[in-house]
This record gives sequence, C-alpha cells and structure tokens, in this order.
Amino acid sequence: MSFTIKVGLASCGLAAGAGEVYEATLKHIKSKKIDADVKKTACIGMCFVEPLVEIIQDGKKSITYGNVTPENIGTVIDSYMKGKPVLENIIISNIEKGSENDTMKKQERIVLRNCGNINPTSINDYLENKGYQALEKSVIKMKRIDIINEIKKSGLRGRGGAGFSTGLKWQFAYDAKSIKKYIVCNADEGDPGAFMDRSVLEGDPHSVIEGMIIGAYAIGADEGYIYCRAEYPLAIKHLNIAIEQAKEKGFLGNNILDSGFNFELHIKEGAGAFVCGEETALMASIEGKRGMPTIRPPFPAQSGLWEKPTNINNVETFANVAWIILNGGGKYAKHGTEKSPGTKVFALAGKIKNSGLIEVPMGMPLKEVIYDVGGGMKTGKPFKGVQLGGPSGGCLPAELLDTVVDYDSINKTGAIMGSGGMVVMDTSSCMVDIAKFFLNFTQNESCGKCTFCRIGTKRMLEILTRISEGKGNLEDLDTLENLSKNIIAGSLCGLGQTAPNPVLTTLKYFRDEYIAHITDKKCSAGVCSALLKYEINKEKCIGCTLCAVKCPVKCISGERKKAHEIDQEACIKCGACYDACKFDAIDKR
Amino acid sequence: MNNKAEIDNAINKFVGKKGILIPLLQTIQNIESYLSLEVMRYVAEKTGTKLAHIYGVATFYTMFRLKPQGKHIIRVCQGTACHVSGAKTIMSEIMDQLKLSADQDTTNDGLFTVMPVACLGCCSLAPVIMVDDQTHGKLTPDSIKNILKKYK
Ligand SMILES: Cc1cc2nc3c(=O)[nH]c(=O)nc-3n(C[C@H](O)[C@H](O)[C@H](O)COP(=O)(O)O)c2cc1C
Ligand code: FES
Repeated sequence: MSFTIKVGLASCGLAAGAGEVYEATLKHIKSKKIDADVKKTACIGMCFVEPLVEIIQDGKKSITYGNVTPENIGTVIDSYMKGKPVLENIIISNIEKGSENDTMKKQERIVLRNCGNINPTSINDYLENKGYQALEKSVIKMKRIDIINEIKKSGLRGRGGAGFSTGLKWQFAYDAKSIKKYIVCNADEGDPGAFMDRSVLEGDPHSVIEGMIIGAYAIGADEGYIYCRAEYPLAIKHLNIAIEQAKEKGFLGNNILDSGFNFELHIKEGAGAFVCGEETALMASIEGKRGMPTIRPPFPAQSGLWEKPTNINNVETFANVAWIILNGGGKYAKHGTEKSPGTKVFALAGKIKNSGLIEVPMGMPLKEVIYDVGGGMKTGKPFKGVQLGGPSGGCLPAELLDTVVDYDSINKTGAIMGSGGMVVMDTSSCMVDIAKFFLNFTQNESCGKCTFCRIGTKRMLEILTRISEGKGNLEDLDTLENLSKNIIAGSLCGLGQTAPNPVLTTLKYFRDEYIAHITDKKCSAGVCSALLKYEINKEKCIGCTLCAVKCPVKCISGERKKAHEIDQEACIKCGACYDACKFDAIDKR
Repeated sequence: MNNKAEIDNAINKFVGKKGILIPLLQTIQNIESYLSLEVMRYVAEKTGTKLAHIYGVATFYTMFRLKPQGKHIIRVCQGTACHVSGAKTIMSEIMDQLKLSADQDTTNDGLFTVMPVACLGCCSLAPVIMVDDQTHGKLTPDSIKNILKKYK
C-alpha cells in the first residue's frame, strides 16, 4: 500500500494556516515512521474550508479533509492508516465511495484541471498530466494557421472581461507584417473580489506558460511578457520557478523542441494601478511609463509594445489553449452555450457558504451557481444581490437569478461577466453604499486623462455620499443617470466607459433603497452611519461599562451596574458600543 | 540616500535594457524603503532619464512611496468581499491598536505603516490583511491584537 498526503499551500491556504499544517504533517510522519509521500499542492477551490489535506491510497482512493489544524492532523492521518478514517465534520469528499461533494459535482474543470492536484513547482507533475504535449503537437505537427483555426473552432472568447474571440485576435496578430512581434499575458487582476487568475498562476503556472508559447508560435512572436500584479508574491514565485524549469527542458529558449522556433518569456511586476489592466495602459507600463490608456486604433495587433504587433490575452484565456489543442476545438465547443462556448472560472466571495473558486459550463443559471455549487447563503440573512464584474459590473437582485452566465445574457442585465468575480450580498449590505464603494474605487483609479472620467466620477461620488448621509434629493437620481450617460460617452477606455455601471444597475434594481435614503432618511441595512441612531436598551443594559470604555468620543455615561445612556448630540455613530456590548443591549436603528 | 553602493549596483544591472524604470524604482525602493527626491535625482542623472518622467512614474503607481515607511507594512484589504465582511471595523481596530490618527499612516516608532489596498486575492477568507508577505484571513477585530504582537 502506498500513501500520498497532499497539503494545499496556495495563498488562501497559507492565510488560513496551511503552512503550520504542512510542518505538523511532516513531523508526524517522521516521528511515527509512517511511509507516506507528503506533497505540496495549490488551491482546489474550496477556500471556505482551508486548510485542506487530501490523503490518497494507492493512487486510487482518496479522502479530502477540510479545516485541518496542526493539532488534529495527527489523528486524521493515524485513523486513516488504521482503516478507520475519522469522518466527522471535517470530511469534504470521499472518492472511494464516489461521493464527491456538491461543490465539485456540477463543475467541469478545464482551466482548473490541475489546480489542487499537482505540485505547481514540479514540472514533472505537469508533464505526467499531459503537460507540454499540446506544445509538442503544435510545433511539430501543426501549421501556424492550423492552430489559429483550431482556436477559432473552439469559439473561445477572451476571459479578461470583454469576451472578444481569441481565434480572431490571434488571426489579426498573425496577419500583421513584422519580424518582431510580442505576446503578453494580462495577470493584473485588479478587479477587487476576483482571484481566479491568482489561483491558476499559483496552482498551475505551466498551463499558462504553455498556452503562451503555443500562442507565440502561432502568431510568430519570439518574445513575451507576463504582467503580474505585485500583490501576488506567491504567483510570481511559482511563475519564476516554472519559467526556469521550462527553459531547462527546452520548452522555452532557442530552437524549442528542435523546431527552429525561439521564444523568450519575461515577468513584469505591476506597481499597483487598476487601470494597468487595460491593455494599452498595460503596455505603456511594461515600457516603463505611466500607465495611461491610449486611443485605439491602432490596435495592439498592429502597433503594441514598442510599436510592434502584440497579442494580449488574459491568464484564463491562455490556460484553456493547451486543452483545446490536445482535445480539439470541436470538443471544447461542446461545453457551454453556442455563443459562449467552454467553461468559466468564477470566484465566489461575500456572504456565500462555499466561497472559493469554481469552474462551471457557460449557460448555467446564476441560481444554480450560487445555491447548488456555492451552497447558498452563509449567514442566516436572506439573499439581496450578487455583484458581477467588479467596478465595471453591476448588482443583480433575486428576481434576476434565472439569468444564465454567458457574455450576452449578463450584458443584457446591465452588469458584465467581467473577469468572473461574484460577490454575494445579504440584507446587511446597503446598495447605495455598494454603489458609493465602487465609485470611490474608480474615482481613485481613474488615470485622469479624460475629463468626464476624472471629474464626472468625482461628482457622482459626491452625490452618492450626500445621499448616504441623508442629504440627497430626488433630482439627484436624474443627475446621476445623466452624468453616467456622459461619462460613458466621453471616456477613452473601458474604465470610464463602465465606471457608472454599479450605479446604473443599483438604480435600476434597487431604486427603492435610494428613495428610502432620500425621503425617509433610512438605511434599512444599517450601513450608512449618518442615518443610524444608537440607543441603549434600558431593560437589557446591566451597566458593565464596556461601551463607555470603548466609545472613542466618550459620549456614553452612567453609573456602574446601572443602565447607561448615549449623548446623541456627541455620538459619531461609529458603532463601537454596538460591537462591544455582550448583552445585545444597544439598539441600532 | 543611505545605500549608494547598492543603488549603483541596481542601476548597473538594469541600465541598457528596455522598459527598466519601474523594476529599477521597485528595486531601489526595496533598498531605501522609499523614493526620496534625492534618489530620484540621482537615478535621473545616472540613467539619463528626465527627472519629470521618473517623478511622473513614481507618483502614478500606488506602490511607490515618497515618504519613509515603517519596518513592517500592513496592507489592509478594502476590496469588495472584504468591504461587505467588515473591512471598516478591521481598519479602525488597527488604527486604534497602533494609535494612528486619521491622517497618519506610519507609527511614531517607525515600526508599522498601514496601507489600504484594493484586493489581496484571498477574498474567500475576507476580511483579510497582509503583514509584509504573510496573509491573515477570517479576521475579527479581536484577532488583530495577537497578529500585531508577533511583529512588535
Ligand atoms: C480598466 C480596465 C481594467 C482591466 N483589467 C483587466 C485585468 O485585470 N485582467 C485582464 O485580463 N483584463 C483586464 N482588462 C481587459 C483588457 O483590456 C483586455 O481586454 C484583456 O486583457 C484581453 O484579454 P482577453 O481577450 O483574453 O480577454 C481590463 C480592461 C479595463 C478597461
Ligand atoms: S476583497 Fe479582500 S481579498 Fe479580495
């Protein structure tokens, strides 16, 4: 009998304490002289129960444990070895019994095929899982145009947000006449609430690199860049390791697999600017300039990096490529819908039970994604909205949960698919506050080139702030809509063109809430602090003085063991007393 | 400018390659902990780049800091998932614990700098902070004290 113990060590696992679990596993194995292979892997997507440990027997049977701690890992291993695995509350899936858990059952994994299964820092693991076979097939057996045709046949659309046909994009770069061409991977992932690209880069960096090499060969590029945000240190580390390994094996460098094709790949770290996710700004940033978007045309395929034809794709787009080349575009197109073929990785976050990473076929209704795959709401509170597409996207209400996830259906609602972030909200989120949150973000991140984007977003933010403080009036809502129209029309790049979306969708689907803030001066979610009133419930207060101690402006008074009182004039409505009270004696209204 | 030799080293390593300014400034910031006007002038002179261009880049990207920073950097996520999971209270708890006023980002003893960031990519563990290279998730205001203690 052979045993393999895999510990998930991606950023999410590490943040939950997987590093300590890994150490404890090694120590336990050594001290008990257990014959098992301990392997590092990355994120399988079930971040909500990190740290995760999988025990595999003879490469066939396996059990995955969640919420493992350095304290309980010993028991988990020992009882497994004895043939009596502890199963209570930490078991996630038991492949032996064929009972994959619900989070996994409805998924179709192409992009995430290796994530959480292989050791991302081992090229041999990748090779054992058909790694670089697609590259070999491409450079040895296929003509460059055949590759492009295969991608076209798959119907793959760019996963960076806009959903442009990848095959067509490659065709434009292929057609461009130039000796020097570049290929770029957009790993900037600036959209807050999204972490698909991070997981793929951390968990299966070779799949992205292989996709890029194939793309470079197809369009005729000999140099490439991966532009990765600096907030992802582990992803950058794994990419660097993977590039060195690929060079050693002859998949990168000169005369790749004796085909005469040369390709060199660099990593560029971002420096913290959301707008650098936009392709023209990204290229300016690689060139070492301020990341200001420029007008298109010329498109990157004609004049991109250092004015040479450049093809730029997202991480997830590239991660699909090797699978398509190996299995055929036709087979890929069988997944998903006619207009949006394939699968899409979504990052589930917010008030959802199974937060983490999932990959589902396009065309699945939102309801199924959230309730069946995502496990529904985490808190006892009901669902209120789901935010799709980050700062460029929108919030959809419960009535629209029958919408299916594909580019065109989501666009119709006023939101966008975006990169695949899905933040689920319950009734404790205020939609005016969410709109304000995103406007604050875009206003900060606007590069300042276009007047409407620079000043328009600021004016919109001022109006939203006013409304959230109960100082708005009903005409403000028209002004918001008007400004939105003008910002969309008057902005050069996607940042400005989509910045009003969070406001427009909340106005469309949650207008009542705006009106309640304006006319009744009420925030039903209890978020907009200026509209709140904190009062001490005289019946419940036992006079423990904790609130008075915590109050930053010392506006709570009262004798010990007697009911306290809040001076409403002095109260700054910070909620410190509410959070501190252990007797539920502070009412928030 | 305290580490001239190291800075010269960095400049020599990058000079002559294309698109070097951002990684060069990142390297120098790692050495000096921030970009002083003096350093930027020096880089301009050494590389033959216009100072205005260097200053333009340094002010465009949030990663570059023009003021001295603390020994440990605390990045507090303000992204969507963290926002709806109570990032605000985490931030105010950190500010409280470190006795920072609203317009202050570095502690008086120079030990910590607090930086709001948009998303750390660990949204499923919201709310999240990152101290130097270590990410901490599923935070509550009560857990902050223990985390900070490790770095004091
Ligand atoms: C403001 C803004 C931010 C963007 N951020 C990203 C990003 O973080 N990652 C990404 O892949 N694409 C981003 N994009 C889209 C890119 O401009 C580009 O369309 C994409 O990288 C193309 O790749 P694809 O065809 O594979 O989708 C952004 C666009 C805009 C306007
Ligand atoms: S929103 Fe905080 S880590 Fe993503």
